[in-house]
Amino acid sequence: MSLTEMESGAVDAGLEPKQEIAGRSPWLLALRRLRKDKAAMISFAVIIVLVVVALLAPLFAHWTGYAFDYQDRKFGLDRNGLPYGPNSRHLLGTDSLGRDMLVRTLYGARVSLLVGVVATAIATAAGVIIGLFSGYYGGVIDTVLARFVDVVLSFPYLIFAIALVSVVGPSLTVTILVIAFFNWAAMARIVRGQTLSLKEKEYVEAARSLGGSDFRIMFQEILPNVLAPVIVLASLMIPIAIVFEATLSFVGLGIVPPTPSWGNMLSDALRTYQVAWWTLIVPAGFLFVTTLVFNLLGDGIRDALDPRTERIFAMKRKKDRKAAEEQEEATARA
Amino acid sequence: MLRFIIRRLLLAVLVMWLVSTGTFALFFVAPGNPAKTIAGPKAPPQTVEVVKHRLGLDQPIIVQYGQFLNRLIHGDLGYSFFSNAPVTQLLKQSLQPTISLVLGAAVIWLVVGVAVGVLSATRARSFLDRASTVFVLGGISMPTFVLGLTLSFIFFFKFEQWGLPYLQGGGAAPDITTDPGLWLNRMILPWITLATVQAATYSRLTRGSLLDVLGEDYIRTARAKGLTERRVIYRHGLRSALTPVLTQFGVDIGALLGGVVVTEQVFGLQGVGQLTLQSTTNGDLPVIIGVVLLVAALVTLANLIVDISYSFLDPRVRLS
Amino acid sequence: MTDTAMTDAGAARQDDDVLVRLDNVVKHFPIKQGIVFKHEVARVHAVDGVSLEVRRGETLGLVGETGCGKSTLARCITGLHPVTSGRITFDGQDITNLPRARMRPFRRDIQMIFQDPYGSLNPRRRVGSIIGDPFAIHGVADGPERKRKVQELMELVGLKPEHFNRFPAEFSGGQRQRIGVARALALRPKLIVCDEPVSALDVSIQAQIINLLEDLQDELGLTYVFIAHDLSVVRHVSDRVAVMYLGKVAEVAEAPDLYGSPRHPYTNALLSAGSVADPELSERRERIILVGDVPSPIDPPKGCRFHPRCPKAEDRCAVEEPVLEPRLNDPAGHDAACHFPVAAGERLGQKLGAVEPSSGPTS
Repeated sequence: MSLTEMESGAVDAGLEPKQEIAGRSPWLLALRRLRKDKAAMISFAVIIVLVVVALLAPLFAHWTGYAFDYQDRKFGLDRNGLPYGPNSRHLLGTDSLGRDMLVRTLYGARVSLLVGVVATAIATAAGVIIGLFSGYYGGVIDTVLARFVDVVLSFPYLIFAIALVSVVGPSLTVTILVIAFFNWAAMARIVRGQTLSLKEKEYVEAARSLGGSDFRIMFQEILPNVLAPVIVLASLMIPIAIVFEATLSFVGLGIVPPTPSWGNMLSDALRTYQVAWWTLIVPAGFLFVTTLVFNLLGDGIRDALDPRTERIFAMKRKKDRKAAEEQEEATARA
Repeated sequence: MLRFIIRRLLLAVLVMWLVSTGTFALFFVAPGNPAKTIAGPKAPPQTVEVVKHRLGLDQPIIVQYGQFLNRLIHGDLGYSFFSNAPVTQLLKQSLQPTISLVLGAAVIWLVVGVAVGVLSATRARSFLDRASTVFVLGGISMPTFVLGLTLSFIFFFKFEQWGLPYLQGGGAAPDITTDPGLWLNRMILPWITLATVQAATYSRLTRGSLLDVLGEDYIRTARAKGLTERRVIYRHGLRSALTPVLTQFGVDIGALLGGVVVTEQVFGLQGVGQLTLQSTTNGDLPVIIGVVLLVAALVTLANLIVDISYSFLDPRVRLS
Repeated sequence: MTDTAMTDAGAARQDDDVLVRLDNVVKHFPIKQGIVFKHEVARVHAVDGVSLEVRRGETLGLVGETGCGKSTLARCITGLHPVTSGRITFDGQDITNLPRARMRPFRRDIQMIFQDPYGSLNPRRRVGSIIGDPFAIHGVADGPERKRKVQELMELVGLKPEHFNRFPAEFSGGQRQRIGVARALALRPKLIVCDEPVSALDVSIQAQIINLLEDLQDELGLTYVFIAHDLSVVRHVSDRVAVMYLGKVAEVAEAPDLYGSPRHPYTNALLSAGSVADPELSERRERIILVGDVPSPIDPPKGCRFHPRCPKAEDRCAVEEPVLEPRLNDPAGHDAACHFPVAAGERLGQKLGAVEPSSGPTS
């Protein structure tokens, strides 16, 4: 074998010369790592279940026979007008107006997931684009945008959101937009920071020397290298958005009743929780678990994509391999 | 150094100006009839006209803007028709409970957060670390108001039911001077509620940051020199590890006030958050504006302090 | 022949052959400061008046230590930095500070190979895609034809075409440089600027890459500007060599002339710092150790820039900047910018100094 061939790593002697070798994409490696993370995988499963159940909410309404705004006067409230606890008719009990908790909770899941994902998607798209442009072009645009981002980030979002919604009136769309508005800045800041450091890289210079346009450089060279922190932040933004929506609905400025949202269900529960614990615990529990699993998944994604952890894994793998080799030698000698 | 401070001050002024202009634009230019909202839904048309004239709403926008800024500089935030009091007074009253809430919670979460973070980092991957990770994850996943409600439910309501000594949540929080015992009793649950999420966040941040720092070579040198582990961690490691925590604090102040709103709501504290909510429900425009501006000012001030103290900790900042 | 006749004949020859001409190229980087609006307080004189020619088919070596401006000059030639003043002519056409759209066709003819094999390739892209970039950007080939061309290029530089789908992380340093070369060759450029292409590689691999570059030059008729800080590498590959110091050219000559009879004291110092295989010769020869550190390009010395460290400096050197022209009866083409050039056999003597000319990996 010539030196060149050796250097090229001619390992696959048995391969046909034109057969291509698939590369080990860094994404595939990350996915493999993620799969090993038990907590993240369980969380992912829970999320899938949640999504399915949320999508099937109308089906549940059909099965039980209760719409989410149907007030069951016969079996929903007892003689004193107080709601029933979990029973065979209402699996999770009823609320202060005799509405079925199970159905309402599932519809609430729809709202939370919808708002969480859509608001995050909008915030991510806006944040990435603004961050890329701001970081890449620099100059006046960047200074202005960066300051704007700083201002938005340091702002007490809830107070301003409350004031804002009070002017334009609450609705699902407004809720989504408000949440997206207060989240894009975090994404933009990270993307901008990364872009600033990446645009000095030699492969960016190479692309420019080849005659690549600004757009090409931003989206083909810089963006793939920025995606990792973007994904991490986006997956951690979803639970933030979910909590934000619940909070807004709780103070009456989010989803308009009777459409259930876990937030406004909790606000309802304020009146009854002392005698009907399930009106508090059910939505609170769902909200907590949902937020928790998204956080766990987000953490798992971050660990899977984070090179720092990779080094620790790599060292561990090396140690394990060494130990295994020594074992083999020992047994071979014996 | 001085240049840095001047630049930050100018920035702060700019931000305040932007916020006030934004607020002005929002409320006076947005759809809806501000005069009507201020006068109240039940006011007859003549009153609305009077209000309109008094507030100068029948003048061109530029003039209104000028008046707005002028009044602002003189500290006049207007008058709340709803509560029959000048806005400034209402703000002052509501500031007190909020401050005691925030300061108390801040002490708790900083101490607990950093302590847990340090313990986790120094005993990484031990049982203690894993347990605190669970606590941390639970903490950040728990929306503030849910926690508040749950705590209130258990420690206030249920304890009272079960005849145990219970903690009252909020209510009209008495002065610390008149009855410190009752004040404490009333404030503990709100403090814990507000502090938990923050403590979890800070604990996670401290842990990560400290782990990073402890992996650095200069820490290895310190250990090699023979310093005690304790000294290594506290004198060398923690100092660098705390700078991201400080940054986070600056960013957090905004988010924090959100938590304040719901905590006050759950525990019935008549603070700034409650004021905002009530004025929103009532459509009390001057108060809403006043609150937004006040909060913006507080946040800007806090950020300024954080930035300046940052420059003391990290010399690279003032040289940039 | 009289002097004028010689120069005329020389000039006539040069105009036809010259691929790149640099006329007093200046590149300054401003240093800004200010509270709200930043204004310029100082400048980094990275390249401060360089006039050079690159002839068709030759390899021009460009040497100097850190901060001498060779990398900046390289980027000026390839249009990555706009020049502050001066003129750059390529193939007879003025390409100084052309707007991007007008520069584009020239980018097919002028390419660059970078120093860092790890930084010059996007880690998130497959190498086939990276090498295929030039085709994509200039709309030359598409789909299966592009793939075919890319694989041809890979074979040309000594890589296995089946590794088309791999990521840069799966290649060694030497292989990555080959990828960089393949990318530069894609559109059959006329000129390739090599910015320290082998500095980051092991010595054995360096030889391979240099041989590859030479083979390609013969096969494809390329012109190279080869930048390095290692004189021995440059000597092997270059037809002509230019030595830069603090933003200006100190000396330029045909390679044998430069190494045989270096005129500028700085060139002498650089050469004396190189290693020599013969131990006896190494002991006998003179090691010139320069006094002091390299001055900052923000505030270069007046007169001849080298004078604070020069063992031959005299009063005139601190005042009058020497012109780059032939000295001591050298033939045209061997230019040195020195008032008191070094004659053959002259020993420069040693002055006890702090720092030797840097020989580490630099730009």
